[in-house]
Amino acid sequence: MHQGVRISGFGGQGIISSGILLAYSGMLDGKHVSFFPSYGAEMRGGTANCSVVISSEDVTSPIVSEPDTVIVMNEPSLAKFEPLLKPGGLLIINSSLVNTKPKRTDIRTVCVPCNKIAEELGSAKIANMAALGAFAAQTQALSIEAIAKALPKVFKRAKPEILELNVKALKRGAEIN
Amino acid sequence: MGEKLLMKGNEALAEGAVRAGCRFFAGYPITPQNEVPEYMSWRLSEAGGTFIQAESEVAAINMLYGAAATGTRTMTSSSSPGISLKQEGVSYCAGADLPIFFANVVRGGPGLGNISGSQGDYFQSTRGGGHGDYRVFVMAPNSVEEMGNFPLKCYETAEKYRVPAMILADGILGQMMEPIEFKFEAIDPKQLKAPDWALGVNEGRPKRIVRSYDLREGALEHLTLSRAKRYKEIEDKEALCEEKMTEDADLILVAYGTASRVCQAALKMARESGLKVGLARPITLWPFPKKKLSELSARAKSLLVVEMSLGQMIEDVKLAVECRLSVHLHARCSGAVLTGEEVFQAVQGLLKKSKKGEALCSR
Repeated sequence: MHQGVRISGFGGQGIISSGILLAYSGMLDGKHVSFFPSYGAEMRGGTANCSVVISSEDVTSPIVSEPDTVIVMNEPSLAKFEPLLKPGGLLIINSSLVNTKPKRTDIRTVCVPCNKIAEELGSAKIANMAALGAFAAQTQALSIEAIAKALPKVFKRAKPEILELNVKALKRGAEIN
Repeated sequence: MGEKLLMKGNEALAEGAVRAGCRFFAGYPITPQNEVPEYMSWRLSEAGGTFIQAESEVAAINMLYGAAATGTRTMTSSSSPGISLKQEGVSYCAGADLPIFFANVVRGGPGLGNISGSQGDYFQSTRGGGHGDYRVFVMAPNSVEEMGNFPLKCYETAEKYRVPAMILADGILGQMMEPIEFKFEAIDPKQLKAPDWALGVNEGRPKRIVRSYDLREGALEHLTLSRAKRYKEIEDKEALCEEKMTEDADLILVAYGTASRVCQAALKMARESGLKVGLARPITLWPFPKKKLSELSARAKSLLVVEMSLGQMIEDVKLAVECRLSVHLHARCSGAVLTGEEVFQAVQGLLKKSKKGEALCSR
């Protein structure tokens, strides 16, 4: 099992924390993991992206240059990261904010209305969790349970009811086909 | 010990230093190493140590000079331009035989450069950096786990030989997160034997002097030569190198730090396509693992040095193998991202040439 993942979106969409959460979940699951953030001169509302590797073997380069999966949370991220995907790779699109259709035909695309799901559950902040739920279900690299277990470790100060809301969003994302 | 944590490289470096007994840190902010002073600012006060955000890099390194003179385990960290500013102080510490520890989380250069990971400071780290005849013990981690576990080795080596020691990392190692396990019990510096040269309360003992100069005729050469004997001993005993799949390799990649991680990806691709490729990773950059490289050069047909700099380590590789085989370079610089795919392509290109008999091997 090897998943090189790129997650991208606006600063504030929880891109970096999604990456840390994925890596943490993988670690708790006994996998080899790494996380690498973009750390340019960026600001709130600017773009953010990160690389995550989850593997049954040692992680080589932490910068994922040819991802197995790309998660795009906003419009500009699609143009930037779709071309990097490996042939046959998985593209998870936040269809609430991305209207453009992907150009490539040699990849698999899953559309998740992340913001819609989050709003229905009552918190705009958990849109990223819907995308991670879809990632877990589509790739089988991690279980929803593993991510749920990592949540309180990564978000140490979050209240239990908020964590529960996050788990609900994960599950909603996992139901998408 | 034992517990697996997911940590950022910079934080692991700081935590590793504190666990290794560091109780004095002085530094000045610069990306991509800011997590080190940030972490130290709360962690050292928790551990009963001292954290100072100095007014400049020059002040920070000179504070280390003072603190290290008392036998305290000290640390400073910075990134390329900041380390340049500290070089005068490092030279003074080397001249005063002070076992300071510092880290360079390298960014793209020269000049103010950029904030991406790079390896452009190899020459500066291994050739002295500051003025005068001196050496610094240099370790090059390639994982968060090593970022956290190498500071102890640096303190021990620095104190044993009374030389400055440093970790040469880069922005990628500093910023990435990986699982880490600290492989040693946290050290209480109070339990360490006070060195017999350290300054402090001198009641009932002869006075001690820590200084980096001696103006008496011939005295400085004598002092420098006695230090050179220790350098020789370090070169003989302390060089470290990791090998992967070198036993049957025709082509051996030579890389350190982040570049060695990228080379592992290329190595995997090469082996999967049946190419006999190996990897040698210098873990200490000074002393450079000359003997190991020399041994490998007797087995392999050629070497490919992979650097995130324009060909700096390759000079040490060439010196080590004494022209017994051809040494090639694949270089990216100034913060550009090196990929496994491009290294693999370089490997394929070289092996194809050698098949055609285009004299890869100059033996």
